[in-house]
Amino acid sequence: MTMNTVATDNPVPAGSEKHYLTNGHTLSSWLFTVDHKRIGILYLISLVVFFLLGGAAAVLFRLDLMTPAGDLLRSETYNKLFTMHGIVMIFFFLIPSIPAVLGNFLLPIMLGTRDVAFPKLNLLSWYVFMAGGLLALFAIVFGGVDSGWTFYTPYSTMYANSNVILAVCGAFIAGFSSIMTALNFVVTIHKMRAPGLTWFRLPLFVWAMYATSLVVLLGTPVVAITLVMIFVERLLHFGIFDPALGGDPVLFQHLFWFYSHPAVYIMILPSMGVVSELISAFSRRRIYGYKFVAYSSLAIAVIGFFVWGHHMFVSSQSVYAGLIFSFLTFFVAVPTAIKILNWTMTLYKGSVSLQAPMLYAFGFLGLFTIGGMTGLFLSTMATDIHLHDTYFVVAHFHYVMVGGGVMGFLGGLHFWWPKMTGRMYPEGWAIFAAIVIFVGFNLTFFPQFQLGYHGMPRRYHEYASQFQILHVMSTAGASILGFGYLIMTGYLIWSLKFGKVAGSNPWGARGLEWETTSPPPTENFLVTPVVKHEAYAYDVPSETSDVQEPRPEQHNV
Amino acid sequence: MSDSHPSHLAHQFDHVEQQRQASTMGIWLFLITEIMFFGGLFTGYIVYRTMYPEAWTAGSHELDIALGGFNTAVLIFSSLTMALAVHAAQVSNRRNQVLFIAATMILGLVFLGVKVVEYSAKFEHHLIPGPNFHFPGDIGTHVQLFFSFYFTMTGMHAVHMIIGEGIMLWLLINAAKGRYHKDYYNPVEVVGLYWHFVDIVWIFLFPLLYLIGRH
Repeated sequence: MTMNTVATDNPVPAGSEKHYLTNGHTLSSWLFTVDHKRIGILYLISLVVFFLLGGAAAVLFRLDLMTPAGDLLRSETYNKLFTMHGIVMIFFFLIPSIPAVLGNFLLPIMLGTRDVAFPKLNLLSWYVFMAGGLLALFAIVFGGVDSGWTFYTPYSTMYANSNVILAVCGAFIAGFSSIMTALNFVVTIHKMRAPGLTWFRLPLFVWAMYATSLVVLLGTPVVAITLVMIFVERLLHFGIFDPALGGDPVLFQHLFWFYSHPAVYIMILPSMGVVSELISAFSRRRIYGYKFVAYSSLAIAVIGFFVWGHHMFVSSQSVYAGLIFSFLTFFVAVPTAIKILNWTMTLYKGSVSLQAPMLYAFGFLGLFTIGGMTGLFLSTMATDIHLHDTYFVVAHFHYVMVGGGVMGFLGGLHFWWPKMTGRMYPEGWAIFAAIVIFVGFNLTFFPQFQLGYHGMPRRYHEYASQFQILHVMSTAGASILGFGYLIMTGYLIWSLKFGKVAGSNPWGARGLEWETTSPPPTENFLVTPVVKHEAYAYDVPSETSDVQEPRPEQHNV
Repeated sequence: MSDSHPSHLAHQFDHVEQQRQASTMGIWLFLITEIMFFGGLFTGYIVYRTMYPEAWTAGSHELDIALGGFNTAVLIFSSLTMALAVHAAQVSNRRNQVLFIAATMILGLVFLGVKVVEYSAKFEHHLIPGPNFHFPGDIGTHVQLFFSFYFTMTGMHAVHMIIGEGIMLWLLINAAKGRYHKDYYNPVEVVGLYWHFVDIVWIFLFPLLYLIGRH
């Protein structure tokens, strides 16, 4: 993608230049900013805190699971910790992660516009998110919620302690923040593209954000009303799902999973968008089958809405409904496989360089494929009856959400770190951390497939001693994984001050975001760019000064 | 960002038409989320109505069809005054904007007032779900489910009305200051669409809760 904008690549140290980070240094210049880039940074800081809290809960209960009797924690504490891990990681990390951080930061730049369509709404979304997050955290830390992140009735409405209502409220409020972000993205993509930026020149990251936003807009309100119903039943004692009045708890499960299964695609589609960018940039090739990759995002978003029933194969749902849901769940694997094949074809004969973001992209390919394939075991009704609510499910969705979602987030964070901060992260450390995270992740979750296959149920505090060796392996892996995250947090913070100054386009990538300075000015571009190519035009000679062919720096590992 | 950037054009937009299209698309997307929000309740209603048709009929006989019908007329009339307010903004008529926005607000308050009368009648007849609910016969517990939905659905609708009244107050103040005219009337139009939506929700609620099952 080339155009006639200014792109300075004289490496001036960050801070001495005028850009979005130096445009105001006071706290209020951050708290009242309407700059999408600053809002992205606010989200990044908040989400890292939530991620570390959710991770800390996981470390505690993983340590507890080292022994069959669970000697470290009381059972009630164990229940509260896995609930905390689920609520924090899903509602307050994974769902907002890539859209709220990378999407907010990059989307307007990729579209060549000054900001999102509704900047004040964008800022409001962060405040709403924080209000919801802090409320849920308050409920979890001072009192504890033990319903699991799914808030199943009638436990949540009649038996669990009252803190569950505060956590439900927190999730409800945070939902508004997702909706605000998604609405902003859809309108911005439709109405604010730069001249020449047609739909099929958009980066695939933008397509992924678009598909994700549609899922958020259609799904989140349904879980919102479902949470309102829990609220009404619990606080006003209106029977809604109460079996004693003829109410149907399975109705709750239908309504809940109508959002919460598509929510998996809210977590994974953005990651797929990031991986498309990474694979193209680090193999120096136009993405293979651009339109297929773009449309497959939409296909996943649409089909993803019709598979929720696979969560209820053993909850008295009719067998015929189960059959249809099973088939549709197989079907959603098709667009996913199209993406994987197209990425692989992009790599073929590409000039591949193994820098840290690319390692995360490869991590995504391998781990997400395992996560997806094991999903087929679970969407087969007969095998699901054996594997339902076991560690096999836990391992499956961690391979999807961490192996897919988090790997994409980390890859994207490293890839765009120079754009966001103006500094390079240390490549050697980053590669080391990526390997540690990959090894730690697999050691944590691969044994859980075996645990589940042999019948270890999820959410149990105590277990039969034959499972101990696998649980110890898993805990050892979790420690390595946690160590990897800490290394990464350390060197990223270090790089803010001591990292090499990045320049506009350290990767020689062709997306519009690399045509402006790093960090970008508050208006993103000093002159509105005119787009002439798609974001992957590696076969078209570059017109900008800073992109030299071949690449300026290559660290082949 | 040139001299042609009037004060009512936000910095992120290039021209007024882009801003108008963006705000219109934004409110329509928001209304789609609202349809999904109420959709959850309608789904629950349909599921339970199919399971307990007699209880649902018995429940709707307890509702006051005259008050419900009156409220329906009030809301439809308020949609008319809202549409007239949008028109007044489009033709830069400040006096009529203020007049019709105020009329819409008053009609909304009338609706909410009637709702209060209806709710308190249910309270007196022990038809509020919960420990004090009382309905004779075997189907009493299922009638309680009907009333859970009646109160949740009309309650959520009323919450939207109250939020609408708040937004309308803001609109009224700005209209009185003369902020809206033929070149810039997006806020009036956007609030108008929201108000019509809330009206349409009631158009569905009224037959579902009051009319179906009556003979």
